Amino acid sequence: MAPAVRLEGLTRRYGEREALDGVSLTLARGHTLVVFGPNGAGKSTLLRVLATLLRPQEGRVEVLGHGLPGEAWAVRGQVGLLGHEPLLYRELSARENLRLHARLHGVPEERVEELLRALEIADRGDEPLRGLSRGTVQRVAVARAVLHDPPLLLLDEPYANLDPAAVSLVAPLIGAGEPAGGGGDGGGRGGGDGLENEGPRARARTRGAPLTRVICSHDPARGLAEADVVLGLRAGRVALLANARDTDPQAIGELYR
Amino acid sequence: MSSVPETLPTVGTRQAVGALLRKDLLVELRTLEAAPGMALFAVSTFVVFHFALNRNSLEGDLAAGVLWVTLLFAAILGVNRLFVADAEQGGIDGFLLAPVDRGAMLLAKATTLLAYLVVLELVAVPAFALLLAGAAVGHELGGLVAVLALADLGIAAIGVLVAALAVRTRARDLIGPLLALPLLVPVAIGAARASAPLLAAGHGGRWLGLLALYDLVFGLIAYAVFDFLLED
Repeated sequence: MAPAVRLEGLTRRYGEREALDGVSLTLARGHTLVVFGPNGAGKSTLLRVLATLLRPQEGRVEVLGHGLPGEAWAVRGQVGLLGHEPLLYRELSARENLRLHARLHGVPEERVEELLRALEIADRGDEPLRGLSRGTVQRVAVARAVLHDPPLLLLDEPYANLDPAAVSLVAPLIGAGEPAGGGGDGGGRGGGDGLENEGPRARARTRGAPLTRVICSHDPARGLAEADVVLGLRAGRVALLANARDTDPQAIGELYR
Repeated sequence: MSSVPETLPTVGTRQAVGALLRKDLLVELRTLEAAPGMALFAVSTFVVFHFALNRNSLEGDLAAGVLWVTLLFAAILGVNRLFVADAEQGGIDGFLLAPVDRGAMLLAKATTLLAYLVVLELVAVPAFALLLAGAAVGHELGGLVAVLALADLGIAAIGVLVAALAVRTRARDLIGPLLALPLLVPVAIGAARASAPLLAAGHGGRWLGLLALYDLVFGLIAYAVFDFLLED
């Protein structure tokens, strides 16, 4: 089976500035890549390229076995993106926003109610987002990203604006707290068939495929706890690429100096 | 168990258009940013013409010119607002992540703009009749509705194209009208020439044909290039 992500010399520029400069790596299915780096290092650009929202300008990019940008159509619908922006309409309620995305992804509307309950926002599900706190909107954004049970999750600081109670609701939905490297066919980080709802917390589901994650983080402790592979970016270039087990937290700190 | 099946069904364009259209109309109903502004602009302009021309009744070419220039500028306001919520709140990215035909957004936005134009004309045409055209509008209402419908199709096709182009630029409020007005000139000419005889009890069938042809050409152009405008 092709790896979840394969990059060879990925380069992406904004005008004259190179946001990503010759990035190469391979990420196996079912594994978690955590990306560290200071602001402007290229982390968000990397996620947007993998999500098919930005075209690579040089190099080779394969996501879930499909080359980008040529086969972007085959990747869409298999990726869940949680970026800095929630990608939600402020004038619509959480329920209306999620129903819109459910229809665009062909997902049954019961899934919307499942997620609203799992994230404990069902009682505020009909209020326009503009009146909700940033933490609540972040929970809705998480629900949007995992609504269609994508096998590849792209998460940019997924715990931003969340209090500890909300983190405990969100974490299992995005595959956190599972054994690292728990991939394998049909296994996923959630174990079993990847579709079950175990206990009171809803868990990440991937329609039977192993869950692969790419997470941008500034928190070395949490990031290393979730990572199988660590990528450090500085000015768009690879400054660190190693197995999480072999990575010293100090090496991550060096990226920010 | 999850309510999401292992293999998700293909989402049809009609279903996607319906979902996007519903979203657009809900957002507009809650913000009232586009259609009411367009209608208010048109009525205000007719009031200005009423006093500036110092006439209670216009007919023929002058009546048609005043009507269509006003409707055209009012429509530009709607064109400028068409993608604003999507661009500012990430709706375009959210849509691009979904496995649906990009043409669904073109159709949804064109239908949304058509809805704005219908609301505009429901307010503007009676105001025009009251302030400037007298009884002339009532005599040939059926013909005028046909001209309005054909012109609206052209404005919707060109408007979506221009709005999608402008929304990715920093000066979108300026770029939108600058691109739209030259492209809409043939619509304005065709609509004005077709309505002038109606407002003076004559016929304008040739100009209706020109309007219909222009609608078709720009409808096809919009469909052909829309994917490239939305994506990176």
